Amino acid sequence: MLSLLLPIPANNTLIPLRPNSSRSRRTGAESHPFSPLPSRKLQGQVETTTLVKVALRENVREEGRGGNSIAGEAPEGEPLPEDVREDMMPKHVAVIMDGNARWAKLRRLPTSAGHEAGSRSLRELVELCSHWGIRVLTVFAFSYDNWIRPKVEVDFLMTLFEREIKSQLQNFMREGIKISVIGDSSKLPESLQKLISDAEETTKNNSRLQLIVAVSYSGKYDIVQACKSIASKVKDGVIQLEDVGEGLIEQELETNCTEFPYPDLLIRTSGEQRVSNFLLWQLAYTEFFFVQALWPDFGKAEFVEALKSFQQRQRRYGSRH
Amino acid sequence: MWSLSVAHSHSSCISALPTSPAPTVSIQYPRVLLVLRFSIYTRFLRMEKGGRSRINCIFENLVTFLRRCIFYVLSVGPFPYHIAFIMDGNRRYAKKQNFMEGNGHSVGFLALLSMLKYCYELGVKYVTIYAFSIDNFKRQPEEVQSLMDLMQLKIEGLIKEESIANCYGVRVHFIGNLKLLSEPVRLAAERAMLATANNSKAVLSVCVAYTSTNEIVRAVQKSCEQKWEEISILDASGSGYGLTEVVLSEKDEGENLINLIDIEKHMYMAVAPDPDILIRTSGETRLSNFLLWQTAYCSLYSPYVLWPEIGFRHFLWAILNFQQNHFYLEKRRKQL
Repeated sequence: MLSLLLPIPANNTLIPLRPNSSRSRRTGAESHPFSPLPSRKLQGQVETTTLVKVALRENVREEGRGGNSIAGEAPEGEPLPEDVREDMMPKHVAVIMDGNARWAKLRRLPTSAGHEAGSRSLRELVELCSHWGIRVLTVFAFSYDNWIRPKVEVDFLMTLFEREIKSQLQNFMREGIKISVIGDSSKLPESLQKLISDAEETTKNNSRLQLIVAVSYSGKYDIVQACKSIASKVKDGVIQLEDVGEGLIEQELETNCTEFPYPDLLIRTSGEQRVSNFLLWQLAYTEFFFVQALWPDFGKAEFVEALKSFQQRQRRYGSRH
Repeated sequence: MWSLSVAHSHSSCISALPTSPAPTVSIQYPRVLLVLRFSIYTRFLRMEKGGRSRINCIFENLVTFLRRCIFYVLSVGPFPYHIAFIMDGNRRYAKKQNFMEGNGHSVGFLALLSMLKYCYELGVKYVTIYAFSIDNFKRQPEEVQSLMDLMQLKIEGLIKEESIANCYGVRVHFIGNLKLLSEPVRLAAERAMLATANNSKAVLSVCVAYTSTNEIVRAVQKSCEQKWEEISILDASGSGYGLTEVVLSEKDEGENLINLIDIEKHMYMAVAPDPDILIRTSGETRLSNFLLWQTAYCSLYSPYVLWPEIGFRHFLWAILNFQQNHFYLEKRRKQL
């Protein structure tokens, strides 16, 4: 029992209690430039930031970008940090973008502001990945289980997806980003479904980075639909039952839209340590990295930390060496 | 068997393990744990031999009493129904302690006995352990053979009366593609499953020759076979009256073929509910093809400790972690 007194060195141990303390607000404030919390409020008071201020900052940033492209030059890519090795970069990174609602709640903003800030984080991550040689980025935008959320939030998210795809399409063409959407699209609004198929068609020849957005996606549903398609092929005599193997299932999963269906690194923000029904089959040998920061606060520094941790891992795939 | 000779005395237990030349003195702390762990193992053997040191007996009873008090307090709150373990770090432990390579696994087995004891004392009904993956067959043949020998020895130990399975009323299942195992191990596993079939207080699922992708493929194959048989029977008996051809559109056919429930029914792990916590030791945070389907909503916990060094405090920490997460998740569910 003496051992109970000793500190326990452990990775990813007790998640801090849900943040009502000022300390976590400070951490949230300092880590991301897009933060409505001014430094003088660090004693624990939180300024109630309105949506107007958030939108104004967004516009300023967009104008800044627009200014660059008007000048006719593509923006310079961020150079790879020195302590991250280029030859050991993961080919496929998956991200569970968790924490938007908590981020907004901390700042006494509506949840929609959290999702807007989250989409900003995603844009930055896509830019970093395309400049740092990552071939595939899969993001968990909306789970099949999220349909039970309040209708207002769900409708807002659908509108946000539409808006983002429309506004980013030109950027994708310029940067060579191919977009694919996986998940049960039958539950999405018709306008969004059409927009998605148009965007996929338009960007299908881009090859620098493939962005896979999982919307209305569930890992179990993915395997079940692969199974159904295999079953109907067996029924029609296209394949024999004996041919059903891991390779066949891999071809039938929704991630067959990419050359690298298995993520090398999975990042989940907001401190939750679970997979939450995302890419179950594909995560067999994926290295997990759990970050305490909430998704809107996830930036270059956190991503570099994830990459450095990944590069230090020894991946053995069951054998010794 | 050298592992049995270890049990004869505490003081000689460490020196009895074959070591590589010129062993260095390791730090005291792990040795204290090693002694405690051996004391648990020797208890089972001494019960067979009939002789018990009085002081050891008092010490063990005191430790057990304190532990049960802590579990009583913990059990007031929520605790997991099913815990899964990935027992990683045996070889690294052997290297660290300057043991021969195979000894890490033996000490790891003792750690497993301790953890099982804590789980069943707390009231955890299901425990699943990742003993041997299909990918591990890629290792050196000598290592694979020594692991198989160790497994056979320990499986046979489960059938004995004073084994942990009978002490706690544990039913043992061996999960995986058992046809890949050598015949003696497979037969021992089948005998152990039969011998413990009447136990009903708790369940231990030992994953050997297992990978989750293999399990899912098998479940898909079995579901297809079953549906194929059902369709053949319907067609043969004519009881559909042609409805199956006329009414169902292509989309409906696909949907009526296979469901999530069909696949789950044919999984090896259908004998247990989904785990609440998955603990992987040695600090690696990956699943390594273990319970991919079943851990969709499970908490993942990866302490740095190597598996043979895991002890009561790590178990306690995992339970406290679970309880804290549980309250948070319940709160989120209520908000929705």
